[in-house]
Amino acid sequence: MSPHSFTHAEYLAHLQNHVLAASRCQNCGELYLPPRPLCRRCFAQDMRWEELSGRGELVAFTVVHIVPSAMLEAGYDQDRPYVSGLVRLEEGPTISALITGVDAHHPETIRVGSQVRVVFPRGDQDPGPAPLVFEVVSES
Amino acid sequence: MTERKLGRGVAIVGAGMSRFGTFPGRASRDLFVEAFQAMRESVDKGLDPRDIQIMYLGNYSSDLFEGQGHTAPLMADWVGLTPVPALRVEDACASGGVALRQGILAVASGLYDIVLVGGVEKMSDLPTERVTDTLATAGDVLYEIPAGFTFPGFYAAMATAYMDRYGATPESLMAVGRKNHENGALNPKAQFSLTIADIMAKKIAGAEKRGRPVPTWRDEMEFLHDHQANPIISWPLRLFDCSPITDGAAAVLLVAADLARQFTDAPIHIIGSGQASDVALHDRPDPTVIRAAERASHQAYEMAGIKPTDVKLAEVHDCFTIAEILASEDLGFFERGQGYIAAEEGLTRRNGPRPINTSGGLKAKGHPVGASGVAQAVEIWHQLRGEAGARQVSGTPDLALSHNVGGTGQTCVVHIYERR
Ligand SMILES: [Zn+2]
Repeated sequence: MSPHSFTHAEYLAHLQNHVLAASRCQNCGELYLPPRPLCRRCFAQDMRWEELSGRGELVAFTVVHIVPSAMLEAGYDQDRPYVSGLVRLEEGPTISALITGVDAHHPETIRVGSQVRVVFPRGDQDPGPAPLVFEVVSES
Repeated sequence: MTERKLGRGVAIVGAGMSRFGTFPGRASRDLFVEAFQAMRESVDKGLDPRDIQIMYLGNYSSDLFEGQGHTAPLMADWVGLTPVPALRVEDACASGGVALRQGILAVASGLYDIVLVGGVEKMSDLPTERVTDTLATAGDVLYEIPAGFTFPGFYAAMATAYMDRYGATPESLMAVGRKNHENGALNPKAQFSLTIADIMAKKIAGAEKRGRPVPTWRDEMEFLHDHQANPIISWPLRLFDCSPITDGAAAVLLVAADLARQFTDAPIHIIGSGQASDVALHDRPDPTVIRAAERASHQAYEMAGIKPTDVKLAEVHDCFTIAEILASEDLGFFERGQGYIAAEEGLTRRNGPRPINTSGGLKAKGHPVGASGVAQAVEIWHQLRGEAGARQVSGTPDLALSHNVGGTGQTCVVHIYERR
C-alpha cells in the first residue's frame, strides 16, 4: 500500500479491495482506525497504510429497531432490526461496525467479548449502506 | 492543571422557560418569546429589555429541523433586542449549556454587564425518521453513522457494555425513567406531566372508551416490560428509556455579580464552570465512561472549591436512562459501577439523599435539544430560590450542579450554582 492522504475515500477504496486498512504514524508508531493524516499524539504528518488482521472482540453492541433512513431503504425496520457494535481490533484500535452472525431477535444471546472477524461482500453483492461488517465467530 | 477562575463574579437574576411539548403551528420564535417573557416576569425588581447588551443562543439545528439558518438575530428581533450582538452556539445537545458558559465568560471578561442566554429547538415538524437522521449528524457521519448507529443506538451500546461489566439490567434503567416521570408529573412546564402509573391509567381508560381489549398491567414494571406499550427502540433501550421529540425554549439573564442586587435580593451565583471535548465513542478506551464529563466537572469543582458530596441537587443530561446512570458516576456522586444500584435504591429521587433531575429531566420534562442546557439552569434557579412548588427539594438547598452533554460525550459542560 502506497502512502497517500489517508482520507475516508481512500479507506473505502481499500475496503472495496477487501483490505481493512489503518494508518500508522512513522514517527511515534501510533496506529489509527479510522485512518487520519495527522498524528494526534506526536503531531507528525508521516503516516503509512497498514493492513489489519480483521480479527477482534465485540466491546459493546445494540440491536437497532428504530432505524435511520439509509437502513430503512436497505430493508431494515422495527420488525427487521440489525445489530451495530464497537469492535476492538487485535492490533488495538476500536471501530464502529455492523455486526452479523447473531440473532437480532434475541439480544440476550449476544455477548460482549465475543470474537469477531471482518467480512467483505462478495464481488456480485451490493455492499449496502454499511461498508464495514464484522461477523461473530465465537462467544466469549 | 492550573486553577482557572472567572475574571469577576457572575449571577443569574432571572430565568424562565416555555412549556415543553409538541406544538403544531408554533415556530422557534414563538417558543422563544414565551421563554423570554417567563424570564422577564421572574426578575424580582424588573428588567428593561433595552439594558440587555448581547445574546447567546443555544440551538442545535434549526437548519435541518425548520429549514431556517441564521437563527440568533431572528430570535433577538422577536424579543426586541436588535441591534445588540446575537449569536448562535452549537455543540449538539450541549448547545444550551455551552451558550450559558459563553454568556458567563462574556460577563466575567468585563466587556458586558447584562447578558441574555437563550436556547430553542423546534423538532416536531419533521417525521420521526428525519428527526433520527438529524440527531445522528451529531455523530461522525463518515465512520459511525454508516455502521447503523442512531443516537439511541450509541447510548444503548454504552448500556450493553455497562450491563456486561457491572451486572446492571434493563430494570435498572427503568428505575431512572420511573423516577423522572414522578418528578415531571410535578412540573407544569413538562412535556409529560404524568407518572408511568398515570400513563397506564390513561391507556386503560382509552381502551375502555374505544371498546378495545383492556390491558391488565399489575404495576409499572409490568407495563414497562410490555412490548406493545414500551417497544424496543434500540436494545436494551425502550421507548420509556428515551427522551422525547420536543419543542421548547428557555432563557436566563446573567449580570455582573456586583449589579445583581439591582435586579433581585435573591440572585443565584455561578461559582464553577467547566467544559471539555472528546473523540468519537469508538475511539475511547472505555464506553462506560464519559471522559468529557469527568474533566468538565473536575474543572467546575476546582473553580468552585467544592467536592461532589457538597452538591445538594443536580440536573443531569438524561437523554437516555443509561446516560443519567453514567453521569452520576462521571460527576463523582457514586463510585464506578454503583450508579445503577443508587438508582434502583431510590437515592436519586426527589426526597433521597442525592436528588437528580427534579424537573423531570430530559426524559419527562422534554428535550428540545438546544434549549435543554438552559432549561437545566431554570430548574436550578427555582430550586435554589425555594420556588419549585410541589417538586421543591426540602431543606432549602444552597448548592446545585448542571451537566449538559453533546453527542455521545464529544462535548460536556458543567456548571455549579450557589445561593448565598
Ligand atoms: Zn505520532
